Amino acid sequence: MNKLMTVADVVGQLRDGMTIGFGGWGPRRKPMAIVREILRSDVKDLTVVAYGGPEVGMLCAAGKVRKLIFGFATMDAIPLEPYFRKARQAGTLDVMELDEGLFQWGLKAAAMRLPFLPARAGLATDVLTHNPELKTIASPYADGEVLLAMPALNLDVAFVHVNCADRLGNTLITGHDAYFDQHFARAAQQCFVSAETVVERLEMDASTARLSTFERSLVTGVVEAPLGAHPTYCGPEYGWDLQHLKAYSDSAGEEGGWQRYLETYVNCSDADYLERNGGAERISGLPLPIF
Amino acid sequence: MNKPEFSLAELMIVAASEAWRNNGELLASGLGIIPRLAASLAKLTHSPELLMTDSEAYLVEEPIPVGPRGDYVPKYAGYMPFERVFDCVWHGRRHAMVGPTQIDRWAQTNLSVVGDYKKPKVAMLGVRGLPGNSINHRNSFFVPSHSAKVFVADEVDMVSGVGFKPERWGPGMRHDLMGIGVAVTDLCVMDWKGPDNAPRVVSLHPGVDFELVQERTGFPLLKADDLAETRHPTTDQLALIQRLDPHNLRAKQLKGNPAGIRTTEEVRA
Repeated sequence: MNKLMTVADVVGQLRDGMTIGFGGWGPRRKPMAIVREILRSDVKDLTVVAYGGPEVGMLCAAGKVRKLIFGFATMDAIPLEPYFRKARQAGTLDVMELDEGLFQWGLKAAAMRLPFLPARAGLATDVLTHNPELKTIASPYADGEVLLAMPALNLDVAFVHVNCADRLGNTLITGHDAYFDQHFARAAQQCFVSAETVVERLEMDASTARLSTFERSLVTGVVEAPLGAHPTYCGPEYGWDLQHLKAYSDSAGEEGGWQRYLETYVNCSDADYLERNGGAERISGLPLPIF
Repeated sequence: MNKPEFSLAELMIVAASEAWRNNGELLASGLGIIPRLAASLAKLTHSPELLMTDSEAYLVEEPIPVGPRGDYVPKYAGYMPFERVFDCVWHGRRHAMVGPTQIDRWAQTNLSVVGDYKKPKVAMLGVRGLPGNSINHRNSFFVPSHSAKVFVADEVDMVSGVGFKPERWGPGMRHDLMGIGVAVTDLCVMDWKGPDNAPRVVSLHPGVDFELVQERTGFPLLKADDLAETRHPTTDQLALIQRLDPHNLRAKQLKGNPAGIRTTEEVRA
């Protein structure tokens, strides 16, 4: 079994109008090598489902997003995601804005092949007002409590970046938090994983095996993408690139800023990308953020 | 004995730490430097039973200093990644202090957009965890710059966190699990314990009078019966704050890092 693919192979699977999810959280462990390949492709009209970071802003800036399903878009140290804001403020972006716990519930419903899961989050707020497709449901038991029925967030494709993978599709997340990647993998028809390192076959002991949060049977393809989460944080290997994120953020306020960003960091080879960010050594030495 | 000098940020940290007094054994989450220092101070002084995280993925039994840690090694007490935070939120044993962009008279909060929802004047973060937090456990608010832009005259532009407005609650929805603590601002401490959950001023920071707070608030305020001056930090509290914030990040949280004791003219300036 060999699931090794290139980013081009992976993005070649995408079709206009698909619903795609991204693992990670804000500016943390985002599959950015895959995102850059999507930016280079012709695919459009995407519904993007994410705990949003710069991938959301970049896909918005490139006009790829028809609808965004999200609880937030942020880059943490730079709280407001500039291109997400631009798209949002232009009124061109269709959004389904959810509580971040409710969002998880939608992924879990999809993962368990349920139409919905009940929740309290979102009741008595404008999450309901602005998402008329969200319905409430009364508990069938004696309590009769009225709850929000969070619909399944079924994904066509999920993209996840992990620390290590093997050709079989086994994965290890060695950072402090696995976020909700396992639910993304399970909520999707196909899940593609990019990894800092890919080996023939992962060798684990019982304690490292615990760092595998979803089964290889969920993984359609594996891409070797060293430093593939840059400029986001990929602990314990490297921190986020605040200098890059700041320049990216500033570009949103400059005339032709996005075009320049694209030319410098997207429409180039992997080798150029690394060089323009100070080289592999600099990136792998980026300090881990202190929370 | 000389009275200690202190900054407004330090006064607010001490005032905010009171939010977690007598809460019992629950997760204290202070989002942002001042609320986090406040929760940490609460745990180190009056409420050692509080649970706390390292703001990333672990529970710690000793509050972690903010900023670069040098050779400080966290004392881990358990694992608390985001997924478990949500479990904790939905279970209800948590009290968070958050900084919404807008707050209204019903204690409803907004972190999503200012202006029209479809084409907002300002897009912020998104609702984040406010809907789930607010309906499931107690929340307090941190407001670094008290104004009618934050404490809005009407309802907040996008209700992200629930509050006490009856029309928002449909029949059969449980609103007994929510709780509102206090709002700690650069002018005062407020709560929503007036008749029918009306907002009240509980204490005024040095140099602040009730009229000024009312002027800078978009909705009518009541005075608490025991309205007093916000308690000043003690020497011991200031020493603990210094230990928790060795790089003095607290000095950068309020514009101009004002002194804790100000004259009425300085406050109004």
